[in-house]
Amino acid sequence: MNYLTRRLLTFPLVMLGVSILVFVSIRLVPGNAITAMLGTEAGLLTPQQRAALEAYFGLDKSWPVQYGHWLMGVLRGDLGISVTYGKPVLDVILERFPLTLELALLSMLIALAIGLPAGIFAATRNEKPSDLGVRILAMIGQSTPNFVVGLLIIYILSVGFGVLPVMGTFTPFFENPLENLGQLILPALTLGFAFAASVTRISRSSMLDVLSEDYVRTARSKGVPALSVIWRHALPNALIPVVTLSGVEFGYLLGGAVIVEQIFALPGLGRMVLDAILQRDYALVQGSVLFIALNFMIVNLLVDLAYAVLDPRIRLGDR
Amino acid sequence: MGKSFTKTLVSTVAFAVALGAAGFSATASAATLRMAWSQDATGLDPHKQTAFSSLRLLELVYEPLVRLDKDLKIIPALADSWEFSEDGKTLSFKLDPEAKFQNGNKVAAADVKASFERLMAEETGAAARANFLSIETIDTPDDTTVVFNLSQPDVPLLTAMTSINAAVVPASEIEAGTIGTKAIGSGPFKLDQWEPNSKEVLTANKEWAGGEVKVDGINVSVLPDETAILAALRTKQIDFALLNDPLVATLVPNEASLTLDRTPVLNYHVLQLNPSRKPMTELGVRQAISCAVDRQDVLDTALLGEGKVSGPLTMPAYASDPSQLFCYERDVEKAKKLMADAGYADGFSATVIAATGEPPTAAAEAQVIQSQLAEIGIKLDIKMMELNVYVDTWLKGDFDMAVALNGGRADPYSMYNRYWTKAGNLQKVANYIDDTLDDLMQKGRVETDPEKRKEIFAAFEKHLAEVSPWIWLYTAYSYTAQQKNVTGFVPSPTGSLFGLTTVTVGE
Repeated sequence: MNYLTRRLLTFPLVMLGVSILVFVSIRLVPGNAITAMLGTEAGLLTPQQRAALEAYFGLDKSWPVQYGHWLMGVLRGDLGISVTYGKPVLDVILERFPLTLELALLSMLIALAIGLPAGIFAATRNEKPSDLGVRILAMIGQSTPNFVVGLLIIYILSVGFGVLPVMGTFTPFFENPLENLGQLILPALTLGFAFAASVTRISRSSMLDVLSEDYVRTARSKGVPALSVIWRHALPNALIPVVTLSGVEFGYLLGGAVIVEQIFALPGLGRMVLDAILQRDYALVQGSVLFIALNFMIVNLLVDLAYAVLDPRIRLGDR
Repeated sequence: MGKSFTKTLVSTVAFAVALGAAGFSATASAATLRMAWSQDATGLDPHKQTAFSSLRLLELVYEPLVRLDKDLKIIPALADSWEFSEDGKTLSFKLDPEAKFQNGNKVAAADVKASFERLMAEETGAAARANFLSIETIDTPDDTTVVFNLSQPDVPLLTAMTSINAAVVPASEIEAGTIGTKAIGSGPFKLDQWEPNSKEVLTANKEWAGGEVKVDGINVSVLPDETAILAALRTKQIDFALLNDPLVATLVPNEASLTLDRTPVLNYHVLQLNPSRKPMTELGVRQAISCAVDRQDVLDTALLGEGKVSGPLTMPAYASDPSQLFCYERDVEKAKKLMADAGYADGFSATVIAATGEPPTAAAEAQVIQSQLAEIGIKLDIKMMELNVYVDTWLKGDFDMAVALNGGRADPYSMYNRYWTKAGNLQKVANYIDDTLDDLMQKGRVETDPEKRKEIFAAFEKHLAEVSPWIWLYTAYSYTAQQKNVTGFVPSPTGSLFGLTTVTVGE
């Protein structure tokens, strides 16, 4: 069995584990869909009313029965109905996913466009003032929480310039690219800011490691121009940790960026999951966490495959 | 390398800014009101929803038989007129013959009957049913007359009927089982689109029997962060907004182009004690806590003074002067003496629960109270909880003390019978049985003379403050912020947005 098949075969097992974990943990939290809907007024319900609502929300059956019922649905491709949205969970998720995917891609693009050149630049200027400058900036970037960055951007734009992108709504890219990017660029910058800082730090340190390798010294002594040494010889090897980091970060971002979505009022996956948890919309929580876990596994697999492309010495899954 | 890097960085940022600027929208449609709120509706079933965030949306789409005006007076809605029989045991309504549902059908007596029967049926699971238990049967002698036959005189029933929980929905939709998925009301606006936690699109109902709506529609954006709402107001992206957080609302007047409306609300902030737990079982201890709390100081510190110290009754028609109530003037010496007399001269430790963000000032309130009670030796441990966990704990009465923001009603009986009558549904939360309170409540329920009712409830309030099962603190404001060209909004102490029907958006 080749590597890819074996990896793909582990997916259902991981998903099963994730689904059980989510199923149990969301039910262990006090409160349920009834208290979420009625708040303190839930205390006015008679036992019969409560039973009727429990039946409506599917809370009247035991956990194993509820789980079995849900799992059978999932196997048929039915993630259940969201009680908040009144539609199939999968539809709700797929409505929100394009935004989250695009936001993750944009943030990664920004992070790599800034972080990679900055890290390489710093590595070539090791311990010089310019290196120190980049490192300090990266440190600031990494240690500033993104809600601070987001709120600052909103504050500066609205108070200083009197402009702000349209908030609270999302236009798909292919419908109106300009409007779409207008809505996403600030949140993407906010997320990309810290992400770029991590990329800078990791690419700097891995570049430094690679630059002290024998083959780089050999290339240099053969008279290969300095830029060529960096771009052709050192960079591909230095990229591996960057790919690992970006993969993990990207995987996280696909699960939604709750805080940034909250601040910029973006209808993305992160806010949807948060609201689903707060409203105890069990089907939606279970479905979306499963979806996020699947994304994460796919991204991880792609990262592993990318290693083999970057460094032919890495043979995935031999023996 | 250095130069090219700088260039890349500069061009990336320039590109980003250009893209951002390109996406900014500056155009406004003059007659559609662009509105924002931070908490969205959680469902569309007017009988079942109890969250304030749901009711204020549904009040624009559905109508009850009667509604409250800005002074909490009962005025016609779907019903043109109404009257109680001499013995107070029947309540008849004459419906507005012009009233129509948004599907084109007339609002008939049969719809009213079907709606109330749905509300009263236990399988519906409507929490509001508790307010209508005195209804025995409903007669519909003709298409525009509805008669409610009651098991006992029930004066507060009429006020309960002003709630959108008593909305009249089409009988045909009840039969089709679509209440909650399709919103077909008779109200001033039609709900064209609802994307939960994202947006609502409402258009004016041209056929509305209640009059002419001044705007073409309302587009609601859900902006969960209130500072973002303020930013959107500043940049004229929205015309009108609802704000909850006084810390944000008080910044609005700094903007020349914006106005802020403050409306005192009926909801009350309260420190709930649990009189079934030691040492709160002791009257002296509860009274000591009441004397040790400086209500104005909590208000000033936690809420920036944005509110009014209040007794248990928050509706202007019944509220008494709080300075006349037991220990509303802080008296630490008296508190210490009461503690000592009760055998707790050295104080005690207790836990106080509070919900995160509900209200936004809950944590601050708990902290101020903690420091005030420390002065009489009470060591409070603050436990912050997610709202749902808090509600669950609260409903079980599983706390020593709780910082709470409880809903107010226009009628004192509807507001408090759940806690302070012997058969109250939330007796388990209040954990306090008192014959005097129960007796006064029952008298207030059947008394039809307004002046006598006032006296009954004044006595009720005075006694409640004295026995101090809870420490009532104050009422806050509800806030609406708007551009200067938005005029005509009528705010209501119930927090209703029905006043949007008279709003105009100028140039």
